[in-house]
Amino acid sequence: PLAERTNLAGVRHILLVLSGKGGVGKSTLSTQLALALRDAGKRVGILDVDLCGPSIPRMLRVQDSAVHQCDSGWVPVPVGQDRAIALMSIGFLLERPDDAVVWRGPKKNALIKQFVTDVAWGDLDFLIVDTPPGTSDEHISTVEALRPFQLLGAILVTTPQ
Amino acid sequence: AEAAELRARLRAVRHTVLVLSGKGGVGKSTFSALLAHGLAADETKQVALLDIDICGPSIPKMMGLEGEQVHQSGSGWSPVYVEENLGVMSVGFLLSSPDDAVIWRGPKKNGLIKQFLRDVDWGEVDYLIVDTPPGTSDEHLSIVQYLSATHIDGAVIVTTPQEVSLQDVRKEINFCRKVKLPIIGVVENMSGFVCPKCKNESQIFPPTTGGAEKMCQNLNVSLLGKVPLDPQIGKSCDRGQSFLAEAPESPATLSYRNIIQRIQEYCEQHHLQEEKII
Repeated sequence: PLAERTNLAGVRHILLVLSGKGGVGKSTLSTQLALALRDAGKRVGILDVDLCGPSIPRMLRVQDSAVHQCDSGWVPVPVGQDRAIALMSIGFLLERPDDAVVWRGPKKNALIKQFVTDVAWGDLDFLIVDTPPGTSDEHISTVEALRPFQLLGAILVTTPQ
Repeated sequence: AEAAELRARLRAVRHTVLVLSGKGGVGKSTFSALLAHGLAADETKQVALLDIDICGPSIPKMMGLEGEQVHQSGSGWSPVYVEENLGVMSVGFLLSSPDDAVIWRGPKKNGLIKQFLRDVDWGEVDYLIVDTPPGTSDEHLSIVQYLSATHIDGAVIVTTPQEVSLQDVRKEINFCRKVKLPIIGVVENMSGFVCPKCKNESQIFPPTTGGAEKMCQNLNVSLLGKVPLDPQIGKSCDRGQSFLAEAPESPATLSYRNIIQRIQEYCEQHHLQEEKII
């Protein structure tokens, strides 16, 4: 079946980190969760689908990394000495870090689909998907693209007010 | 013909200020609400607050207008009035329940924004403040495009001191430059916290890369001011009250008032310069 031949075939669990509200700590949680799972001996991937404000590369200190392609698609950027976390973010595709990604929905949707299907994740215990605030194109497209796979569920982040 | 319609509707708007960020949760809506209250304190001024954050409209709650409905009349949609001289419009007023999610793709959001501008009967307005969602996407492109039918005085960009925010805000500054939107200046929120008990100052969001001040120097934009954290701000917002009115002695209130004055001066200056040209 389709799932077996895809880049997500080796991913055991997929977690979405959502909010609705901006600035509550989604990316922070995604990063800390990935690091904690890695420390527990798991193989972890992070997919950062916040196209306008990709925070994860800087949080993991790989903001200056470049992405490469292989036969099955993009090779996610390895993080840390042990390279036990793999990260894909639009941050790596920008020529300059201050470049604004000023795209309308359809263009964002196309890239998200690519991120979901064309990144060669290999074998992972957990794939954490960090999202931007809101309930719009990025969220609809991400959930649609991930539906055929092992989508464990969503973690919702908030602050008290 | 559409552009002409928008121009006609917006002809009676003297000044338009966009409140942007790039980063979420830095205080755009809080600032927009307080800017509106601050400007409307002058009863001779007519102020309009337009909330185009379609997925997360915070303005109705912050202005104490939750549950209000929008009325239609012959002249269009009527804004919801907080004061006689302060009218508000938000998608929040169109939802049947505040927990309803608006899960729309870009084109549908653009359509609503255009409707807000075309069909809301604002009347004569001295200041139109537009609160935006975080990011640099459909809503931002659309509002700049649709408002080109009138004149945008400029954008106020809101940030917090840490690099994770500044990173996104630099992109927003570049967005403004790309679409030729003048930048009135940057506001740094959550800039330090003074304990009400021991009076010690802490940096809750440390400016590890120099904060907004350094960023503004580097990018040659104006720093309008820094606003300290005050738990009363969040409380006032949750209760739909004006923080400026509820905590007039707070250092944060003083900062906000200075910033609002600078924005007013910028807009008035602009107007004078334009009139000179004409």
